Amino acid sequence: MIDAKAIRVIVFNCYLLYGRGVLVIKNIIENVAVELLRQAVTKLPPDVKEALQRAHREEESEVGKTQLEAILNNVELAEKTSTPMCQDTGVIIFYVKAGAQAKDLDKIKEAIINATRRATKEVPLRPNSVGIFTRKNTGDNTGRYIPYINWDVISGDTIELTAFPKGGGSENICQLGMIRPGDGLNGLKKFVVDTMLKAGGKACPPNILGVGVGGGADIAMKIAKAALLRPINQPNPDPKVAKLEKELYEALNMTGIGPMGLGGKFTVLGVNVDYANRHPASYPVAVAGQCWAARRASARIHLDGTVEYLTHKVR
Amino acid sequence: MAVYKLKTPISEEDVRKLKVNDVIYITGTMVTARDSAHKRALEFFKEEKPLPIDLQGLAVFHCGPIVRKEDEKWTVIAAGPTTSTRMDIFEDEFIKAFKVRVVIGKGGMGKRTTEGMKKYGAVYGAFTGGAAVLAAKAIKNVEGVEWFDLGMPEALWILDVEEFGPLIVAIDTHGNNLFENVQKEVEGNKQKIYERLGV
Repeated sequence: MIDAKAIRVIVFNCYLLYGRGVLVIKNIIENVAVELLRQAVTKLPPDVKEALQRAHREEESEVGKTQLEAILNNVELAEKTSTPMCQDTGVIIFYVKAGAQAKDLDKIKEAIINATRRATKEVPLRPNSVGIFTRKNTGDNTGRYIPYINWDVISGDTIELTAFPKGGGSENICQLGMIRPGDGLNGLKKFVVDTMLKAGGKACPPNILGVGVGGGADIAMKIAKAALLRPINQPNPDPKVAKLEKELYEALNMTGIGPMGLGGKFTVLGVNVDYANRHPASYPVAVAGQCWAARRASARIHLDGTVEYLTHKVR
Repeated sequence: MAVYKLKTPISEEDVRKLKVNDVIYITGTMVTARDSAHKRALEFFKEEKPLPIDLQGLAVFHCGPIVRKEDEKWTVIAAGPTTSTRMDIFEDEFIKAFKVRVVIGKGGMGKRTTEGMKKYGAVYGAFTGGAAVLAAKAIKNVEGVEWFDLGMPEALWILDVEEFGPLIVAIDTHGNNLFENVQKEVEGNKQKIYERLGV
């Protein structure tokens, strides 16, 4: 049975969608994008926070433990005061899964740019967009190609947004290696370990590493970065890849680099691997570094305007 | 790993008691200084011009804070440490000239600074990278700002702090450098890891 109230709601939604639909969905996308940036920089996703808590419990180095404790205190304070957990709020990156039947797909880019400007003032975010030739900071986190949007078209009528503000310190340890196909998996393992050894404490460990293999140079790095979106308590569904992730995780935590490079057991919180098929002659391996402030937040917007937040609980 | 709570001005004798791996908390006056401020301070010293603030016994913080001005009053919003190695080319001279006793930053410093700290009596305190909210919470008041012409991140921010820390003593006055020790250990572990992975 449908009561009068339900009918009113349906009629109102029809009005929103087909009456002034274009404007409304666009506004929802913009508001959701601002909220996702706020969630991402002020609150860690539960899997990262749990991994930090576990590292704090299990860290054997006293100095390492002090760093994990300081990180956890800082995370709590940031959450409580709704303040960015780190002064570097990163370069703004979004991942969009656009449903082919969704409305306003051509307005998403504009909505995300507006949202980035608004979030810079409202959250606030540190302005981190500098012109290559002008050396000028635009002051609002926008500029050529920035915020950067990774697009994916999916079936259905929903729009899924992920905000991924990426810090500079961890970006600077990213590496791409075109290793010899003959060295194969062993070459990959050595490359990942060497990348971490070279990074030492520079990327604010404990780090999360995204590893992308195959495809081509750009594809490997794209896959490596996207792998950082997967919660670290979810191993790759392919058991062979999951085994490699575990093996790398254990190896990297034998380096002794430890929290903040001050020594200890926890150099990484997780290693996420993904792969593409490769050309017979090439074997690209990309490592994308992430700091302890592993910020990401996602939401799904439905055609009727309802919003599901996927990574964070909404107050 | 002993824990010390230090109040500024800190004496040379007090910092000479500290050892690598100790934890310190600082109460009193801390001054931020990055590359440009170090450079200008040393130029002032050379020209025998006095600095806007006497740094003897104070802590210097490698930090470019985010500071907001409301009703003529400055408030620190975020104040995480910056990478200290950039100041390696100035720090030994800086300690010698101004007698600062604690240098705070992230990532550690090199041989030249380690030698300077041994000779002139200062320690390096590592503050957790990115922990900007924790740092801002310990800053009770902005006492003043000097050399603002250098820009907000590079200016000398004079901060009144309460139990600022935890700071890990990573370089002491005995020539020990924790980051170098960890580096050596990591080098030593490399072969073991390769063997385990079969590479």
